[in-house]
Amino acid sequence: MTFSEFINMSGYGHYVWSSFGITLVLLVWQVIQPINELNELKRKISQSNLRNTKRR
Amino acid sequence: MKTIRKQRLFLIIAMVAAIMGAVAFALNAFNENLMYFYSVTETVNGKAPEQQAFRLGGMVVKGSVKRPGEGLTVFFDLTDYQSSVTVNYTGILPDLFREGQGIISTGRLNEKGVFIADEVLAKHDENYMPPEVAESLKTAKSQAD
Amino acid sequence: MNPVMKWIHLLGSPPYFYRFSGKLLPWLSVLCIILFVWGLYGGLVQAPADYQQSDAFRIIYVHVPSAWMSLFVYVTMAVAGAIGIIWHVKMAEIVCVTSAPIGAVFTFLALLTGSIWGKPMWGTWWVWDARLTSELILLFLYFGVMALYRAIEDKRMAARAVAILALVGLVNIPIIHYSVEWWSTLHQGPTVTKFDKPSMDASMLIPLLVMALAFQLYYCIVLLLRMRTELVNRERNSKWVNDLVSP
Repeated sequence: MTFSEFINMSGYGHYVWSSFGITLVLLVWQVIQPINELNELKRKISQSNLRNTKRR
Repeated sequence: MKTIRKQRLFLIIAMVAAIMGAVAFALNAFNENLMYFYSVTETVNGKAPEQQAFRLGGMVVKGSVKRPGEGLTVFFDLTDYQSSVTVNYTGILPDLFREGQGIISTGRLNEKGVFIADEVLAKHDENYMPPEVAESLKTAKSQAD
Repeated sequence: MNPVMKWIHLLGSPPYFYRFSGKLLPWLSVLCIILFVWGLYGGLVQAPADYQQSDAFRIIYVHVPSAWMSLFVYVTMAVAGAIGIIWHVKMAEIVCVTSAPIGAVFTFLALLTGSIWGKPMWGTWWVWDARLTSELILLFLYFGVMALYRAIEDKRMAARAVAILALVGLVNIPIIHYSVEWWSTLHQGPTVTKFDKPSMDASMLIPLLVMALAFQLYYCIVLLLRMRTELVNRERNSKWVNDLVSP
C-alpha cells in the first residue's frame, strides 16, 4: 500500500478522514477545556483571596 | 438501610418502572408508524398505502437488474423470499446497491403493480469481513450445494 | 469497616479526591494514548477493507465506540443521579452532572460520523428511522440535563432535579439498543453486542474493541478533569481550596 492509496481510501478518503478528523478535534478540545477552566478558576479564587487579605 | 432511604430507593424504582410501562404502551400503539418501511409481501397483499408514497424494503433479486437504455433508468425485482415486486427507478444508485443486497426505496405502486421509485437507499447488513474471507465463504457454500 | 469501604469513604472527601485524581490522571492519560494509537493503527492500516463497503467501513472505528459510550455515559449519569438522591452522596451528584456534556459529545459524534458513513453507503445523510431518531432524542436529553442544571441556582437542588430527568430519560436506552430489532429500520442490526458470535472478522474486530477501551478510558479522564473543576468551584470558600490556590 502506498501513502497516496492510504490517503485515498479507495475513493472514500474525504468521508473517512473527515470522520476521524472531527472526532479527534472534539476529543482533544474536550480535554483542554476543563483544564483551562480549572486554571482560570484557581486564578480568580487566588485574586479574590488577595483582595480580601488586603482589605483586612 | 434506613427506612427513609429505602423509601426513596423504592420510589425511584417505581417511577422508572411506571415510565417504562407507559412508554412501552405508547410504542406498541404507534408500532406501525415506527416501521421505516413495508415488506414486499405486505405491499403485494395491499397493506401498503395505495394513493400515497411509501417506503418498500427488500432484497434485490440476483440477475434481475436491467437497464433498458443508455440513461439512468433501471428495472429490478425486489423480494422478501415470499413474494416479489418490480421496481422502476431513474437516478443515481448508492455505492452499496448490488444484486442480492437489501435496499429501501421510496415511491408508489402504479396500476400495473410496478413500484415507481423516487429514491433508492442501500441497507447494509451487520457482517464485516475482508474480501478474501467472503470469497472463501462463497466457494465453501457452492461446494456444499 | 473494611479497608475497601474505608477508602471509598475517603474518596468522598473533596481534598483527598482532588489529590488522588491528580496522581491518577497522568497514568490514565499515557494508557489512553497508547490504546488510541494501537486502535487507530489497527483500524486504519492493519484491518483489511470490507468485502462490501471497501475502506468506507473504517468509519466504524470512531462511530461505534462513540455510540456505545453515548449509552454507557447516560446509564452512568442516571445511576449516579439515583445514588445521589437516595444516599445524598455528593460525589455521585457531581458524577451525574459532569457526565452530561461528555455524553452529549459522544452522542453528537455518533450521529455525525454515522451521517458521514450513511451518505456514501446508504445514499443519504439522514433518515427518520427508529434508531437514528431515538439516538437524536438522546442528544436532546443530554442537552435538557445540561440546561436544567444551569437554570437552577442552588446546585444541590439542581443536581436532584437533573437526576430525576436523567432517570426519566433512562427509558430511551433500551429503545435505542433494540430499535433495530423491534422495528424495520435502515440502520443494520447489532454486529458485536448480539448473543451469537460477532459477525465480524477478528482482524477487524480487535481494533474496534481496542478503540472501545480507549474511549472508555478517555471518558474516565475527562470525567475526572470535569469533577475536579466542579469540586473547586463548589468549595471555593473552603480551606483546602484556599491552600490549593495560595502560592
